[in-house]
Amino acid sequence: MPQKRFHSVRLEADKCRGCTSCLKRCPTEAIRVWDSRAHIIDERCIDCGECIRVCDYHAKVAVTDPLETIQKYKYKIALPAPSLYGQFKDLRNISQVLNALKAIGFDDAFEVARGADVVSRAIRERLKNPDIPRPVISSACPAIVRLIQVRFPDLIDHIVDVRQPMEVAAMIAKREFARKNNVEEKEIGCFFITPCPAKVTAIRNPIGHPTSAVDGAISVLEIYGLLSSELRNAPVDISIETASDLGVGWARSGGECNAVCPENSMSVDGIENCIQVLEEIEDNRLKGLDFFEGAACAGGCVGGPLNFENNFVAKASIKRLASRDPDPDLNVSSSMMTKYNLYDSDQIRPNSAMKLDEDLIEAMRKMDAIEKLYAELPGFDCGSCGSPTCRTFAEDVVQGNATRLDCIHKMREQLRIMAQQMVDLAQMKR
Amino acid sequence: MAILLEKSFPVEAGAYSTAGEASTTIKRTLKQLGISTEVLRHVSVACYEVELNLVIHSLGGTLTLLVDPEKVTLISKDVGPGIPDIEKAMTEGFSTANEEARTLGFGAGMGLPNMKRNATEFDIQSEVGVGTTITMSFALA
Repeated sequence: MPQKRFHSVRLEADKCRGCTSCLKRCPTEAIRVWDSRAHIIDERCIDCGECIRVCDYHAKVAVTDPLETIQKYKYKIALPAPSLYGQFKDLRNISQVLNALKAIGFDDAFEVARGADVVSRAIRERLKNPDIPRPVISSACPAIVRLIQVRFPDLIDHIVDVRQPMEVAAMIAKREFARKNNVEEKEIGCFFITPCPAKVTAIRNPIGHPTSAVDGAISVLEIYGLLSSELRNAPVDISIETASDLGVGWARSGGECNAVCPENSMSVDGIENCIQVLEEIEDNRLKGLDFFEGAACAGGCVGGPLNFENNFVAKASIKRLASRDPDPDLNVSSSMMTKYNLYDSDQIRPNSAMKLDEDLIEAMRKMDAIEKLYAELPGFDCGSCGSPTCRTFAEDVVQGNATRLDCIHKMREQLRIMAQQMVDLAQMKR
Repeated sequence: MAILLEKSFPVEAGAYSTAGEASTTIKRTLKQLGISTEVLRHVSVACYEVELNLVIHSLGGTLTLLVDPEKVTLISKDVGPGIPDIEKAMTEGFSTANEEARTLGFGAGMGLPNMKRNATEFDIQSEVGVGTTITMSFALA
């Protein structure tokens, strides 16, 4: 049996009405509705948060750390995702957010955008290596990395082996704080202020490296109120803004491309759009493309489901805040590149949750049975059976997770036959 | 070895709006069967090329996927117009794609050579006025 995986995305069963909203939107067909409530198939869920966004009853939630968690550490550092800056309409200055974070209980705030500066440079270096298959695919959005593991396993070796900005930010933040204050690194807790559940999962269950340098994740929504009220009095001090405009730009779709490889690159946002373009990459239809940045959320990280602000509004704010420099460049020294472990140590493995069977011949038999059953189904994709489509229903039946009469149309057919049999029986003459 | 799986997809001439759908379904099927990523990569490229060939150059035809324990086979069979000079058609850079196809970014003359490069075995038979059949197999081991 596969080990129980950690997922940030969860169901609050008592709120679920068993409708088909999330069922239809899940990009990995990881949801089923059985006994009038949704079930998430652990092995398939990529924690993208699409279901959280579409659930009208707020039955899908993201598990994040409460703010009190930071008290477990003697020294607490906030790692604000750059998308956090886009959440406040009248924000003049990034330093205000950093100071407000200190006012709500952190000893320091270290910009993840500065991690993005370092990561950008590392990816630029990687792009000089012609042996990495093109296009090189960004590793920044953990939902996209997991999507590739599940649905595009043949593209895994395109994923760049550079860690995410929050990982790099946590490493630098801890070392710099420890040195400056003469304390031990293990006394410091680094907390990512997260726009999405995928990052929470990436901290608890990292891909590409065994453990995360980040100690917890607090959602933007959790601290939004506190932070807004502190922002009113937060002092401006531009000397504490250390990330470049390019690093801050990572908050929105296209920002990473801009920082890494402005030419021959493509940025795609929204998970369905990403799937379409990944299909094209798989078919080698995008010849000449060097870099692909995919974000599961519309607009990029500013569109994360744990944000407060509308993603278009946030995107405009980010654009305004990241225009301090007319000709921006990454803020990263050469020594940074060797001082920290910026690269993945483990190979990313395919996720075989979509496989019908480990044995090829058995898988082919199942496929054949699926085709035969599918041909008999109405093709309405109504979701009444609890599977997202007639096709997945056929798969579920063949895999033993559903029965034919779970299809109400099949059931009706059966009832008609039985009713006719009863009529026939009643009319039989002695 | 007996063929354990067979799926056929009709492909219409000039139907750009649905072009690539057969390839997407074929890829999904192979992923569900757990075909290795190495083979998947080759099939993906060849499959899309051959499907697009049917759309761009043929008068319509069928794309068939066959899977047995040893190999994946793709057969593209069309109803014309047929290729007058196969050797020339197999040359890199040679293309008879029309203006419409070129505007859409096709017609680089790499289709057939690309298919041959990606397949383990490649065969093309064509008769003008009758049609073209392309058979490609991809070894699983």
